[in-house]
Amino acid sequence: MDPHLPWFILLNPLVSAALIHLVLRRSSGTSATVSVLSACFGLLAAVGIWFSGQSGAPIEVPWLDFGPALRIPIGFIIDPLSRLMLLVVTGIGALIHIYSLIYMEHDEAKSRYFGNLSLFMFSMLGIVLANNFAMMFIFWELVGVSSYLLIGHWFTRDSAAAAANKAFITNRIGDFGFMLGILMVWSATGSVVFPEIAAKIGTLNLSADFLTAATLLVFCGAVGKSAQLPLHVWLPDAMEGPTPVSALIHAATMVAAGVYMLARVYFLVALSPDAQTVIAWIGIVTAVFAALMATQQDDIKRILAYSTLSQLGYMISAIGLAAPGAAMFHLFTHAFFKALLFLGAGAIIHALHHEQNIWHMGGLSSRMRVTFLTFTAGFLALIGCPFFSGFFSKDLILLAAWQHNTAIFALALFTAFLTAFYMTRLFVVVFLGKSRTDAAAHGHDGPIAMTGPLMILGLFSVIAGWPWIQNYALGEVSSHTLHLLHEGGGSVPVMILATLSFLAGTGGAYVLYSGKAKDPILIPLFKNKFYIDELYAALIAGTQDLFARILAWFDKWILDGIGVRGLSGGAWGAGFVLRFLQWGNLQAYSFLFGIGVVALIYFMVFAK
Amino acid sequence: MLNLLIFIPNLAALAILLGAPGRKTSLVASTASLLLTLFALLSYDKAAGGYQFVSSSPIVPEWNLSYRLAADGLSLVMLLLTAIVTFAAVWITPRFERRENLFYACLLFIAAGATGAFASADLFFFYAFHELALIPTFLLIGLWGSGERQTAAWKITIYLALGSFVLLIGLIDLYNAIPAKWDTFTRGFDMIALQKAAAAHLAATGQPLIPVAAQIRPYFILLVGFGTLISLFPFHSWAPTAYASAPTPAAMLHAGVLKKFGLYGLIRLSIPLLPAGAQHWAWLLLLLLVANIIYIGFVTIAQHKLDLMLGYSSVMHMGYIFLGIAAFNIVGLSGAALLMFAHGLSIAALFAITGQLRPQSPSLSFATLGGLGKTMPFLGAAFGCAAFASIGLPGFANFASELMVFFGAYQPGAAPAFTSNYRLATIFALWGVVISAVYMLRAYRAVFLGPLKKESTAWPVATFAIKMPVILLLAALLIAGFFPSSVLAFLKPSIEALLPR
Repeated sequence: MDPHLPWFILLNPLVSAALIHLVLRRSSGTSATVSVLSACFGLLAAVGIWFSGQSGAPIEVPWLDFGPALRIPIGFIIDPLSRLMLLVVTGIGALIHIYSLIYMEHDEAKSRYFGNLSLFMFSMLGIVLANNFAMMFIFWELVGVSSYLLIGHWFTRDSAAAAANKAFITNRIGDFGFMLGILMVWSATGSVVFPEIAAKIGTLNLSADFLTAATLLVFCGAVGKSAQLPLHVWLPDAMEGPTPVSALIHAATMVAAGVYMLARVYFLVALSPDAQTVIAWIGIVTAVFAALMATQQDDIKRILAYSTLSQLGYMISAIGLAAPGAAMFHLFTHAFFKALLFLGAGAIIHALHHEQNIWHMGGLSSRMRVTFLTFTAGFLALIGCPFFSGFFSKDLILLAAWQHNTAIFALALFTAFLTAFYMTRLFVVVFLGKSRTDAAAHGHDGPIAMTGPLMILGLFSVIAGWPWIQNYALGEVSSHTLHLLHEGGGSVPVMILATLSFLAGTGGAYVLYSGKAKDPILIPLFKNKFYIDELYAALIAGTQDLFARILAWFDKWILDGIGVRGLSGGAWGAGFVLRFLQWGNLQAYSFLFGIGVVALIYFMVFAK
Repeated sequence: MLNLLIFIPNLAALAILLGAPGRKTSLVASTASLLLTLFALLSYDKAAGGYQFVSSSPIVPEWNLSYRLAADGLSLVMLLLTAIVTFAAVWITPRFERRENLFYACLLFIAAGATGAFASADLFFFYAFHELALIPTFLLIGLWGSGERQTAAWKITIYLALGSFVLLIGLIDLYNAIPAKWDTFTRGFDMIALQKAAAAHLAATGQPLIPVAAQIRPYFILLVGFGTLISLFPFHSWAPTAYASAPTPAAMLHAGVLKKFGLYGLIRLSIPLLPAGAQHWAWLLLLLLVANIIYIGFVTIAQHKLDLMLGYSSVMHMGYIFLGIAAFNIVGLSGAALLMFAHGLSIAALFAITGQLRPQSPSLSFATLGGLGKTMPFLGAAFGCAAFASIGLPGFANFASELMVFFGAYQPGAAPAFTSNYRLATIFALWGVVISAVYMLRAYRAVFLGPLKKESTAWPVATFAIKMPVILLLAALLIAGFFPSSVLAFLKPSIEALLPR
């Protein structure tokens, strides 16, 4: 492989972002063209890397180099895992760039939007290519800031500004643990470079507690970025951003970075069974909770957001169930169908003049044919309908749970049922029945730049899970996991149970929601997201902000007030200095200065 | 070369006091200084390293007191910081009705003092130049400040005067602790000779030049003295009020440059001469710096005015630099030195932009601001960049430095038995990164995002005189952030030479 290719992939979106932000700010059309072209070139380069096989010598340049004390390179790792992820990120990225041309056509800050989209591509590709912890952390943070910028794209809306802050700060809490985990691993192995750590960490006889702590701290990073409990609160709010952003960043790529990172450092995760158990449970609990919340939401994007949380929970859980191949497989299929569902939702929102409440839609199947058909493909893939992509990847995760932990398997199965339930609810309410509003009665498909990406993603949502595609795309990434899972047995009962729960969920929701004008069920606990946002708000106000106010009071009135004013003699000091300042002449200063000098010389020379 | 660097601002300031046009003369002088500093950096022989551009004119030969100038990589980076921030501060100075010329003269005197302090290789002048720079700072706040300028002015004066006095005592104590004669070395004010003697003594005898027991007291006094100048907890309370009421260019110069003198001095003197003292007091320093990060961090969260918030945040970030110094190894100290540079640039940019908002809302209270990103797009974007720089976003120099500080402190170079305490401090410092995101993003949202709170037709347009210096500061942060090695190439060898081994 040409060693320039990864450099091109990484730097090309950075150049695009810089060009747009620095030069093209006022020419929005050119900005969009530059950004879309850069995304397409990125895809071409990723395809080039895909076909050019393994890399030879490692590609890296020093960034911080303190010899043996600390070495942080900017270096690339080109292996089956990163090649797959490159394709996913650049492929879906390119489609969403094209889709954005229409969706953001009349936005007054179009240049800023496309510039930030390019910035996001740069950051995300940096995570994918990173061959060491520190570089991954760098791009990890950059992804956080590009997400912040895009969520807050319409920053004059208070809710968007609030959501952007929430996303960034919540992610930073996760990154606190991540960085600490990196420091722990580094202190033990003396390196931050993945292959070096992998080669060394097994030989060090580290204590189980140390490994568990380090792994769980690194996992904190994934909890933040992949929005797992208890740091999941930012993702639903992130839907304040433009819908293509939700599709690209908050569904297909960025939120999957946590899963990718865990797959990348699986050599570390694998050393600690305790940490794996925790990871598996956090993942599955997130999956169930998010699915429960999704059943009672009315905003089409929020339903999809909770669904994303839930599916990410599956992937994280799979990592903990020693099936990183299954996690990556689900990441792969999910990227297509979830991006598709978001873009489909975006097409509807666009056609209905920014209507997001599903109860104000209805009957769209006849007027938005392309959107309807492609959305159906994504819908069937997500709920695990046999022969659609999601069915195959979810099946592997269920199988892994079956073989490792019955309780987790039961929860995973329940999640599959809930997924079918809430998605059928959405589908029935939005597309079937009668139109409930005027806008819904006049909605129509968008132009080809919008429907094109939908059709391509629709195709992949159907086929991406088929065994031969899975073999081709994932290959070595999943072969080990697949091998283990096949040996473990149980695939037939798992498949039957999965299909049954899919049928039960779909059927139940169809019966309940078909032809209804408003929600027949009301479960406040789910609708209000288990009151977790309220709980956190109270916690922040009751601890952090209260604590801050107390300390600020202490600082102002005790430390500064009594301590300082008392010491300096209050009024006397003020009067003296004021007179001093009003003199304003240099004589006084030179006089005092002279005293200081004399004193210095006296003490130094004559004191002894 | 260094003589010229000190001479230019002094000459310009005198010329202004004698009637030369203030702004024009200052612009010429600060541009000349910046170009000359860049030239000095380029002509510094990195392969040879060590102190270069040495010049010395004896003042009192029998006391070995000379006007001795020299610069190593560390000094050069600090000189570059001085030159850039001075340049930006002069550019951004608004029009004054009252005694404009005196204002510019004061700015240039601060610059001259800071330049002199960083370029001095003689203890006496090292101290004296800093004093020289403090006096015009007090004047600027007292005469041109806003809000409670008189209270702020007397507070900073009393505080820093006391701090300088303690520092003076510390220097004397340090001087007295040095053996009068060893081998060919005779005690004097020559900082280069002191550093060399310390290294030679350690190499020859395995013992430090100053006996371990004699290092304890001077280090403590120096820590208090320098610490007051740097706003180390609990000697910090002068800083936020002073920066809040100081005129913008004065806040930029003091927070950006002059405050770094204390850190510079601590590195320059205590690392080679008082390593045992540093180890002895490591517990105290760690305690205080954690207070700087966590305690001040929380106090910052509670602030409701932009200028006070920035003042506190600047105090908080000193904790990270202290952590790098406490780490006592090449990684941490390099991080601390780079962070001095980065923090100086970013806080200068933040104050520069904040100053432009003052005409809109003199109190700068969050309650009265909001949505300014729409009406002031340039300032909004620039403030965003500077804010993200200051909370350690990768790409800006602050991140690279903080990363080094964390790595350095997690595996400290001193007192292996004390490692777990260093790690604890590092954990607190990492939590501080979250805290700083909280207050900075809240402030950014309150001021620039959300709906516009105040209708006004007179939104100031960012002119070239405002844009150019801000862009320069941000560009320097980005260059040093993307390519930290370019700055580290100067810092690392100098710090390696300072570290006892």
